[in-house]
Amino acid sequence: MATSLLPLAFLNGVDPWIFTFSFVTVVVTIWMGFRSAKTSKTASDFFVAGRSVSVGWNASAISGEYLSAASFMGVAGMVMSSGYDALWYPVCYACGYLFLLLFIAGPLRRFGAYTIPDFAEGRYDSPVFRKIAVCFVLFIGFFYTMPQMKGAGTVLAYIFPGMPYWGGVVLVGAVITLNVALGGMKGITLVQAFQYWMKMFAISVPVFVLMAVYGFYGSHLNANDRAASALATGPAAIVQTVDRKPLVDKAPADAPWIAPFGPLTTKAAKAAGLSAEEGKPYSLLYTYSLIIALVCGTAGLPHILVRFYTNPDGVAAKRTTMWVMILIGIFYVFPPVFGVLGRNLLPELYAATGAKGTDKIVLELPRLINERYGVWGSVLSGITCAGAFAAFMSTFSGLLVSMTGAVAHDVYGRMLKPNATPEQRMRMFKFAAVGIGGISILLGAQVEQLQINFMVGQAFAIAAASYFPLLFMSVWWRGMTMKGAATGMLGGGLAALACTTITNLSDLKIVNMVEFWKMHPLLRILCEQPAIWTVPLAITLMIVVSKATAAQVPADIRMKMLVLHAPEKLGLKQEYIQEHQASAGH
Amino acid sequence: MSSPTPLHDDAIHSESFLRTLMRRQLGLSIACAATFLVALIGMPLLNYFSPALMATRVGGFTLTWLILGVLFFPFVWIISWVFIRRSIALEEDEVNAVNLGRKL
Repeated sequence: MATSLLPLAFLNGVDPWIFTFSFVTVVVTIWMGFRSAKTSKTASDFFVAGRSVSVGWNASAISGEYLSAASFMGVAGMVMSSGYDALWYPVCYACGYLFLLLFIAGPLRRFGAYTIPDFAEGRYDSPVFRKIAVCFVLFIGFFYTMPQMKGAGTVLAYIFPGMPYWGGVVLVGAVITLNVALGGMKGITLVQAFQYWMKMFAISVPVFVLMAVYGFYGSHLNANDRAASALATGPAAIVQTVDRKPLVDKAPADAPWIAPFGPLTTKAAKAAGLSAEEGKPYSLLYTYSLIIALVCGTAGLPHILVRFYTNPDGVAAKRTTMWVMILIGIFYVFPPVFGVLGRNLLPELYAATGAKGTDKIVLELPRLINERYGVWGSVLSGITCAGAFAAFMSTFSGLLVSMTGAVAHDVYGRMLKPNATPEQRMRMFKFAAVGIGGISILLGAQVEQLQINFMVGQAFAIAAASYFPLLFMSVWWRGMTMKGAATGMLGGGLAALACTTITNLSDLKIVNMVEFWKMHPLLRILCEQPAIWTVPLAITLMIVVSKATAAQVPADIRMKMLVLHAPEKLGLKQEYIQEHQASAGH
Repeated sequence: MSSPTPLHDDAIHSESFLRTLMRRQLGLSIACAATFLVALIGMPLLNYFSPALMATRVGGFTLTWLILGVLFFPFVWIISWVFIRRSIALEEDEVNAVNLGRKL
């Protein structure tokens, strides 16, 4: 009957198992959000969850927030489409945390500010600098929400084959925006901790089942080597052989796919008509630039750093980072397995584009098991869809909280109306959430043709050239002045922002630059992966301008440095606050 | 709170204390980061200069795939575990040193 009703036409071809699992995830998430909305009442609950979250909860929540649609769907899709080079993404997503731990997490936590703009203002005693710093929360945030929206559109287009891509974006965006506007961050901590474990379950269980049915990870990789399978003797013979389907025309050949410097990093050189040997240095440059963007970018992600303030003390903050690294490290072993198996078992996806392309391999692959074991494939596919929902919902909510916090706490609470009542601030938080959610939906609807993982890489590149140099240099170099910090952050950050925007506009064919890129493959790489020159640019600007304005180093710099570096047990923070208030003339 | 006027001539507020503190912390961080960066920068170089070695098959994986896709994660855990232990010990050491100095 439903098929005859026009409004329900998008329900055609819906697999009930997949639908049920995803539906339950969404309902549970929203229910948890609403339930905790009742318990979070004060303004500080909304901003950093009252600053009392245990190490285990906090580590799960950070991991839950960090494992976005890029990690859950994008890595698998990119490994499938580009092979070895895409492995740098999961590795650097995980390793970036190490940098955060080594250089930034401890001092920032001791300094004790809510957000990066808080830190910027406190370190340089400059409300002007706070306004500049806030802009980047929004720049990075919007670049990071676009891939989440692509994830949402892709999953819904998979569950409801009749639904257009933008329909999914609007639906999911609206649901999460509502949830954030009602729950704030306290709800988010609980929901995100739960969602980490949900994602872990959803990515690992289908991998084990698929490997049990279709062959081990290594065996599938082994099949991508004609030389080894032709020999079939020696060490290769120990490895069981797997059945694989013939590749379609659009798929990259085995040799460049499995080897380093493959399709992803050689694209620009190939378009310029360079030979494989001539293109190799370009690929190396691309690889290093990507590594810099991802490793430095993690430290500058606005929605991750806020979480270090929800630990009771600095030791707990360090322990949390250790657990985060373990939790996400284990997770990141699994998505590439989907990509490898997908290449051999579901090569049809290479021929499709947009929401129907390789980005949906994680969702589609488990369904193959239906061929052998009845509905179990659909059940597993439903589980991965639920995991994907958890992935983009948790990241999008986290970003929405940071961006809304920046607008409500910084732009409204500090700049527009400094003496707003708590009720006015709460109302503003809700308005801002709805406004930012709306813009994210609009942007997300435009990017169907871009790869999820690629877009997240761009957000990292902007963070790497703006917040990372700011934090790193401010923490470790006492000679920094406000002008130096601002010039460096703006110079590096805006250069990265401009490059990524140009790349996206030309890839979405809004601006035609095909001929230009063919002429200048080097420029294309430096534009597509700008970190290799924007990060040094930002740091150089900081040093040069700070030296030139050395007279403006904050007068109490030694005290500030002590607060950043001396153990919290010495109680210097309290002393600093008292003195600061006294000197401000209160 | 116990002392109404902060004593700015004591050991904590001296230039030498801050210098030693920052140098020790930065030294630890840089030592850990260097270990990690050698591996991170070295991998593309190995891929570039000895592709044949890195394409050796180990249980079906190419060597480079096995390292990057699986073994890199435990490696990072070890570095961060060492760092956390040492940095907590370092902080305790500093607190003890200061308290000792205050008593004298």
